Amino acid sequence: MSFEDYKGVYVFVQQVESKIDNVSFELLGKAKELANNMGTEVTAVLLGSKVSGLYDELSKWGADKILVVDDPALEPYTTEPYAYCMDSIIRKYKPAVVLYGATAIGRDLAPRVAARVGTGLTADCTKLEVDAETKDLRMTRPAFGGNIMATILCPEHRPQMATVRPGVMEKAKPQAGFKAPVEVVDLKIGAEHKNVDVVKIIKKVSNKIDIQDAKILVAGGRGMGKPENFKMLRELADVLGGEVASSRACVDAGWVEKDIQVGQTGKTVRPSLYIACGISGAIQHLAGMEESDLIIAINKDQYAPIFEVADYGIIGDALTIVPELTAKLKEAIAEKEAV
Amino acid sequence: MDFILSKEQEMARTLFREVAENEIKPLAAEIDEEERFPEEALKLFRKYKFMGIPYSKEYGGAGCDTLTYEMCVEEISKACAATGTMLSAHTSLGTWPIVNYGTAEQKAKYLPKLCSGEYLGAFALTEPGAGTDASGQQTKAVLEGDHYVLNGSKIFITNAGYADTYVVFAMTDKSKGNHGISAFIVEKSFPGFSVGKKEKKMGIHGSATCELIFENCIVPKENLLGKEGKGFNIAMATLDNGRIGIAAQALGIAEGALDETIKYVKERKQFGRPLAKFQNTQFQLADMVTSTKAAQLLLYRAAMAEDTKKRYSEEAAMAKLFCASNAMDVTTRCLQLFGGYGYTREYPIERMMRDAKITEIYEGTSEVQRMVISKYALK
Amino acid sequence: MNIVVCVKQVPNTNEVKLDPKTGTLIREGVPSIMNPDDKAGLEAALELKDNLGARVTVVSMGPPQADTVLREAMAMGADEAYLVTDRAFGGADTLATSTTIAAALKKIPYDLIITGRQAIDGDTAQVGPEIAEHLGIPNVSYAEDIQVEGDTVTVKRQYEDRYHIVKAKMPCLITALGAMNKPRYMTPGGIFDAYREREVKTLTRKDLDVQDTEIGLKGSPTRVAKSFPKQLKGSGTVVTPSDAESAAEYIVDRLKEKFII
Repeated sequence: MSFEDYKGVYVFVQQVESKIDNVSFELLGKAKELANNMGTEVTAVLLGSKVSGLYDELSKWGADKILVVDDPALEPYTTEPYAYCMDSIIRKYKPAVVLYGATAIGRDLAPRVAARVGTGLTADCTKLEVDAETKDLRMTRPAFGGNIMATILCPEHRPQMATVRPGVMEKAKPQAGFKAPVEVVDLKIGAEHKNVDVVKIIKKVSNKIDIQDAKILVAGGRGMGKPENFKMLRELADVLGGEVASSRACVDAGWVEKDIQVGQTGKTVRPSLYIACGISGAIQHLAGMEESDLIIAINKDQYAPIFEVADYGIIGDALTIVPELTAKLKEAIAEKEAV
Repeated sequence: MDFILSKEQEMARTLFREVAENEIKPLAAEIDEEERFPEEALKLFRKYKFMGIPYSKEYGGAGCDTLTYEMCVEEISKACAATGTMLSAHTSLGTWPIVNYGTAEQKAKYLPKLCSGEYLGAFALTEPGAGTDASGQQTKAVLEGDHYVLNGSKIFITNAGYADTYVVFAMTDKSKGNHGISAFIVEKSFPGFSVGKKEKKMGIHGSATCELIFENCIVPKENLLGKEGKGFNIAMATLDNGRIGIAAQALGIAEGALDETIKYVKERKQFGRPLAKFQNTQFQLADMVTSTKAAQLLLYRAAMAEDTKKRYSEEAAMAKLFCASNAMDVTTRCLQLFGGYGYTREYPIERMMRDAKITEIYEGTSEVQRMVISKYALK
Repeated sequence: MNIVVCVKQVPNTNEVKLDPKTGTLIREGVPSIMNPDDKAGLEAALELKDNLGARVTVVSMGPPQADTVLREAMAMGADEAYLVTDRAFGGADTLATSTTIAAALKKIPYDLIITGRQAIDGDTAQVGPEIAEHLGIPNVSYAEDIQVEGDTVTVKRQYEDRYHIVKAKMPCLITALGAMNKPRYMTPGGIFDAYREREVKTLTRKDLDVQDTEIGLKGSPTRVAKSFPKQLKGSGTVVTPSDAESAAEYIVDRLKEKFII
């Protein structure tokens, strides 16, 4: 393998029903930065059926070039047709780097592709950098339940591949009006790749806003005492126009749904305000929220690790402070509106 | 003596600990408060084959050993002593005499059901006038053709009302004193058998403790356990074995109290620092942890003796005496460390103290254990 | 039906703590457990065995101590156990690990292979799909339910916002989510039998049809350049207000300062 032949930072674009997942835009943003440092370009790899309407969005968020496979066999997602396309594209175009979102799709597809190509894959990265000297990709990820961080290299194999946690990377500034050149890759997805049939699609009905999209999160932990007390968090969140999130303990205890869990085994969030109520802040939790712009923590235990990441820590009982805070905020907002 | 547990014993302990922590502990306070039988635990023990741990697979037992069974009673009692009583009365008292004294037919008929937990077992020796002195038995059994007719009553019978079989002791020949006592396997459906009033107890509220009434109770001749007149020996041997189970229960209560207390003293603050930082707490804990470890060694030694020796009355009595008095002492001192909160039902420590007391009383009081031990010492 | 379940022995990362002085992991005294997602996969296999009849074989790659999780699996009801172990397999990343396990699986009859979605020590979720690729069989990840009818397996496949009900012909590989079930406990008798009457078969380097360049450190494309304790951003201001009201006022003032309200 001649390393010089491998060029470009490729991003697997995750779309479902012609809607691109946010993580793909985050990856394009990161890829842009990496490509600049490597002196190369960003290629978005778009797989799906009837996806030509998505080119402009990819151009806007950082793609220099778009490769597309448009085939009915690519909707809905199943592993093998996607793996076949990615493998074929990698063999033909020889990218230096391929990035995937660490999602239920990316974490299924990327390992299958890695094994087929015979290259390394680093899972769930939270940081990607280019080595100044070798120009290799330095991939950093949490391990041991978030207790340690490991920086991984893939020095002797190409492409260097990684899945990246949603919500961690920042999107680039939009490139308004730019239209990236599109190349349709001619691939025939034969029956040998269609071994799994999707017989039914069940959408999870939820009128809640995804906590990853919320600007303000009010999160509760074991210190909330019982599930009923999450109501007061909801009230606080409503006053602030935010959403309620939770630590793992409350999910394990069955108090709240898994989809609002923040942390290593939950979601990574970076809202502009994160209010942690009765959350001690196990390292697994901190891993999911420490990038928040402003963190306020309320906890009875002055030694709670949450105070180590909090901008403002309040030692006290969340159960009495939260309702008081909700009332005061209502007053403050009413005053402001009256002015 | 080698106190290193085998890999299988270690893994079994992990299992018992998980079951106790996940399944038994969450119900302990409720069972105590409502004074109700731990039916959920019984169902679980049936499903996971905890009801015949030390007995041979030939009879549907798990084929483990006595030590493994005692560790089970220990770990379960850590979470809920009443559940420990149910398991121990079934295994050590209700099943053991049939395993050791039953005929081939009796074993074939009862053991698979007892070991699977389809049947719950019980043991009925104590009477209003015959407690520590078992020879004062008033219940009579008279042979009439192909059956015995039992008349009399028993009190303080564990698992009563829930049990399917009872090993019952009765006089077949009053003139022979102890040598006139015989043992019977009585099924709950036998005519003339009924369960009387339920006791209101200080502790082990979840354990069903009732009176048994025999009114011309018909027991088929083939349900005589052992030979006529051998009942006293059977009772004493069963109690030797049962005492190890009570020792395990007492040990579990002490360990459970220590776990709760260690957690509490790290959290609870007085004068601006956790209780754990005070020397009084530290020294109290040091003493209690040490005596509890000593209790565990005595218990394990007795359990191993049961598997390897013919007679182990002395080891069993020492284990029970020491474990029971340690449980009472440790729970009392732990409650003191909890202070006022310990006296409330918000914390489990008062329950543990109430539960501990019975271990100094049933299956031979501490005084009876001292009688047994001194008899060996002075031999 | 032959079901093979891949299980891994992992440190219970919930009990891993950092040394506050050195910032390094304290591994001492951390109990080893069967990886939770793998245990759920084993439970799913045992339920299929209970309902349809199946032979359940467990396979683990790891050091000799990993014997324990295989005994545990047998005490839960698995019929057969293989430990894939050799110094030559050490230092493997996910690609080398999956190559090794796939080579071992070629020695064992299977219709259905179940792995956990991911292990709690590495959290990669890569080994399952990679094994399927090496074996050239379909895979379905993130299973929340597995049903078998004839030669077809139906899986409830989880995504962030939806489920797919998918059907695949066996042989295939499924990765199981820990949340899919509550694994059964062992039985005491099962534990004693697992140690006293059953054997864990061992597969070593010489038993497997693999190249030296595909296994262990040599077969691993990825390298750990460095590992370090997680750096926290450092604490800000911590206050102890006298009561709930002053605490609330303090927060409201901070939010005003930051123009959040």
